[in-house]
Amino acid sequence: MSAHAHDHGHDDHIHPAPSNFLTKYVFSIDHKVIGIQFLFSGLIMFWIGGLLALAVRWQLAWPWQPIPLLSGIWAEYGYRLPPEYYNKLFTMHATVMIFFVIIPLLTGAFGNFLIPLMIGARDMAFPKLNMYSYWFMWPSIILMSFSFFVPGGAAEAGWTSYPTLSTFRWSTSGALDGQTLWLMSLLFAGISSLMGSINYITTIIMLRAPGMKMFRLPMTVWAMFITALLQAFALPVLTSALIMQLLDRIIGTNFFSPANWMVANSGNVVGGGQILLFQHLFWFYSHPAVYIMILPAMGMVSDILSTFSRKPLFGYKPMVFSVSAIAGLGFIVWGHHMFQSGMNPALGATFMLSTMMIALPSAIKTFNWLGTMWGGRLQFTTPMLNAIGFVAMFVIGGLSGIFMAATPVDMHIHDTYFIVGHIHYVLFGGSTFAIFAGIYYWFPKMFGRMMNERLGKIHFALTFLFFNGTFFLMHIIGMHGHPRRIADPTVYEFLRGSGVVGMNQFMTINAILLGMAQLIVVYNFIYSLFFGPKAPANPWHANTLEWACPSPPPYYNFLKIPTVYRMAYEYSADDVAPRDYWPQDEPAAESKDEAAVGHSH
Amino acid sequence: MKPERLWTLLFALGAIFATGCFVYARSDADWWLVPNVSTIGREIDHLFVIILLITGIVFIGTQVVLCYILWKFPDAPGRKAEYVHGQMKLEVIWTIIPASILVFLALYQMGTWSKIKFRSSMPKVQPVAEVTARQFQWVFRYAGEDRRLHTDDDLITVNDFHFVKSEPTVIHLRSTDVLHSFFLPQFRIKQDAVPGLTIPVWFDSEQSGKFELVCAELCGWGHYKMRGNVTVHETQAEFDEWLKKAKSEQNRDQLALANAANGG
Ligand code: HEM
Ligand SMILES: [Cu+2]
Ligand SMILES: [Cu+2]
Repeated sequence: MSAHAHDHGHDDHIHPAPSNFLTKYVFSIDHKVIGIQFLFSGLIMFWIGGLLALAVRWQLAWPWQPIPLLSGIWAEYGYRLPPEYYNKLFTMHATVMIFFVIIPLLTGAFGNFLIPLMIGARDMAFPKLNMYSYWFMWPSIILMSFSFFVPGGAAEAGWTSYPTLSTFRWSTSGALDGQTLWLMSLLFAGISSLMGSINYITTIIMLRAPGMKMFRLPMTVWAMFITALLQAFALPVLTSALIMQLLDRIIGTNFFSPANWMVANSGNVVGGGQILLFQHLFWFYSHPAVYIMILPAMGMVSDILSTFSRKPLFGYKPMVFSVSAIAGLGFIVWGHHMFQSGMNPALGATFMLSTMMIALPSAIKTFNWLGTMWGGRLQFTTPMLNAIGFVAMFVIGGLSGIFMAATPVDMHIHDTYFIVGHIHYVLFGGSTFAIFAGIYYWFPKMFGRMMNERLGKIHFALTFLFFNGTFFLMHIIGMHGHPRRIADPTVYEFLRGSGVVGMNQFMTINAILLGMAQLIVVYNFIYSLFFGPKAPANPWHANTLEWACPSPPPYYNFLKIPTVYRMAYEYSADDVAPRDYWPQDEPAAESKDEAAVGHSH
Repeated sequence: MKPERLWTLLFALGAIFATGCFVYARSDADWWLVPNVSTIGREIDHLFVIILLITGIVFIGTQVVLCYILWKFPDAPGRKAEYVHGQMKLEVIWTIIPASILVFLALYQMGTWSKIKFRSSMPKVQPVAEVTARQFQWVFRYAGEDRRLHTDDDLITVNDFHFVKSEPTVIHLRSTDVLHSFFLPQFRIKQDAVPGLTIPVWFDSEQSGKFELVCAELCGWGHYKMRGNVTVHETQAEFDEWLKKAKSEQNRDQLALANAANGG
């Protein structure tokens, strides 16, 4: 029988596990090890990004007061934070969080770990490429860290790095060598992402286990697939923009210098480029990039909600179509970042319409998540709580987007703290809660031990409270007119009132508490890694294939490549009652009793 | 009460806090949209409030449903979860209704947007000033008495912007170095200043008085202090008088002054 022969062929392909420490844990080509490497480096960078943010918050609440713990430095400035340093802080905060934390955690850590396991494959299609994709992150991280120590210090043109602040070396101290290193660092990060995305696309198309039709893939895999497509199509544009900026800086091309721009002691006529061109290229990548930072989170949350509602995912196909619609529309909305940039206002009108429409798939997804939980049997585990937190908070981020999509309203709130509020409700309230949910959910599979539920719940409750305390009022000060990226709001009379000052201080105090609450998850993570109770293969009674292999999975994942018989969401089906789950790889032919015995624990 | 129900309260608390912030904000001038003085600002505030109402209803609706679900459906021995995969009718409803609201919102903005930014709706008046942004100041070149820019009676001020109440006012916005953004929060006006482009911007004021000009686009280490004073004059006559006075100060012979200060 050909199906059997096919299976057999797969089974022959178990490679021996590497025996030497270096190839096992460092230069590993095992997707699980690479995923965990991405996880650890992402979580470490999370702390760095978070500490940078706390320094930013301190300055906003108590401008020019010496920062506690850092009070020894900047003696020559009277121990105050120099304003250009403030600019470096928020530039590096955003750069680290976006390029070294959220994207690597979602696609690098969870994508790598989960895709082969969830589709029933032994590894990625290109394991070596996968290894390179991780190790290309390191030049990126090293260049970025090194940039703090070059003359002029790290880049300070914001994570958006608009010319000409980023291209004219005299424009600010971070535009000396810091900006060059920033550009080179992101080029490496981009190559890393691109290698990952090619691998994910190929793996998902080619290596699905028998019976795993596209419309049987779990949402996590669908989301990773669409995300990888987004990356593959958008990244080349960012790469070109970064290289053009690099050329402008290093060999004096003029892609982004205005026409008739004269510089003493240079050629006769300099310039002839277009500053706004960079913004178009940058956002042509970076708008899709914001979806790169949310789609995998949406996928993971969909799966977790279904598992702990003990109920099929509501509207699987509409969910898949919504994710695809977000990806498609994501390529025609970039101009909403440029409404006030000097771009033709008629374009602004069309971008407003497309941007409004992109809120639609997000709304559909939210309703389907609520539909999933409705009538379920909700188990309030830590992963579930974080997933619910995602839904509750993402709603706020999606709705605030509508204000900014409305061009006339955006005229007032663009480049104010309203935008910063929006960003953090989607990226912390959304992506980060999903990352926490994912860590708590898949930790047993990754490390073979359970995390502590009680600590997990305390961590969630505190994070949820302090998160709202830190970020919600940003909408309020933003609509009051508080600009983003300013080192001292009290320069402006309309921001000097006790209301705005008080809100800034309230947010900073909450931010510090939010940071401290994360110590709980660090403790829980490290303690559980060594001393947590041993995890069974399927602790949550879930259906997807990763739970069919032992925790942690062996090097080859599946001794025998599983055959998939059904969707991932058969919870509470009558066929197998009283058991309320029905794994994807369980043959249907078995009688109920046998099935129950086969999967008892 | 079952302990799981505490989670409902936590999520409800988040939603109540968020709603409460906006409800309270309405009553505190330090929280709400900074008081507006322009006609276009009134339209923008109106649009803001419409969106706030619609999103507010959607927000409260989804949070109530979420909290109801969390309250109503926690795991309990003997209860079985419903086995449904979705429902076409619901999908259609919750696609079409939000879609129509979003399209309505987009179309509803168009009038104000075209009025304020389209070149064709720019008031046909001479610009009151050419505004040049540079690190880290605003330079204003006013057309002098001849009401024409770039003639020898132009007046130049730094970080000091004057115009007249109830008159449509046009400026030409430029930048000489990096990006800046001309932001008048009390007038709801924002426009980036782009090196290489000259961008006309128009606005008006329904009130005379003193206001603030903000730089809203990161422009370097001094970005935070790139602040300008805005004075709206009650009448054209008052503005002319100011112009004349400023002009005579500009023309005063600094050398003579310095000599006088040094005792001749
Ligand atoms: C629900 C649909 C959404 C809409 C309608 C929307 C709309 C917008 C608009 C119009 C802006 C530009 C505002 C301005 O600068 O004036 C913006 C900025 C931004 N959005 Fe969204 N957004 C949505 C969802 C998301 C999601 C899901 C993410 C990420 C996970 C995201 C991340 C961001 C970021 C990072 C920025 C700020 C970029 C910057 O200037 O630094 N948005 N959004
Ligand atoms: Cu965008
Ligand atoms: Cu500025």
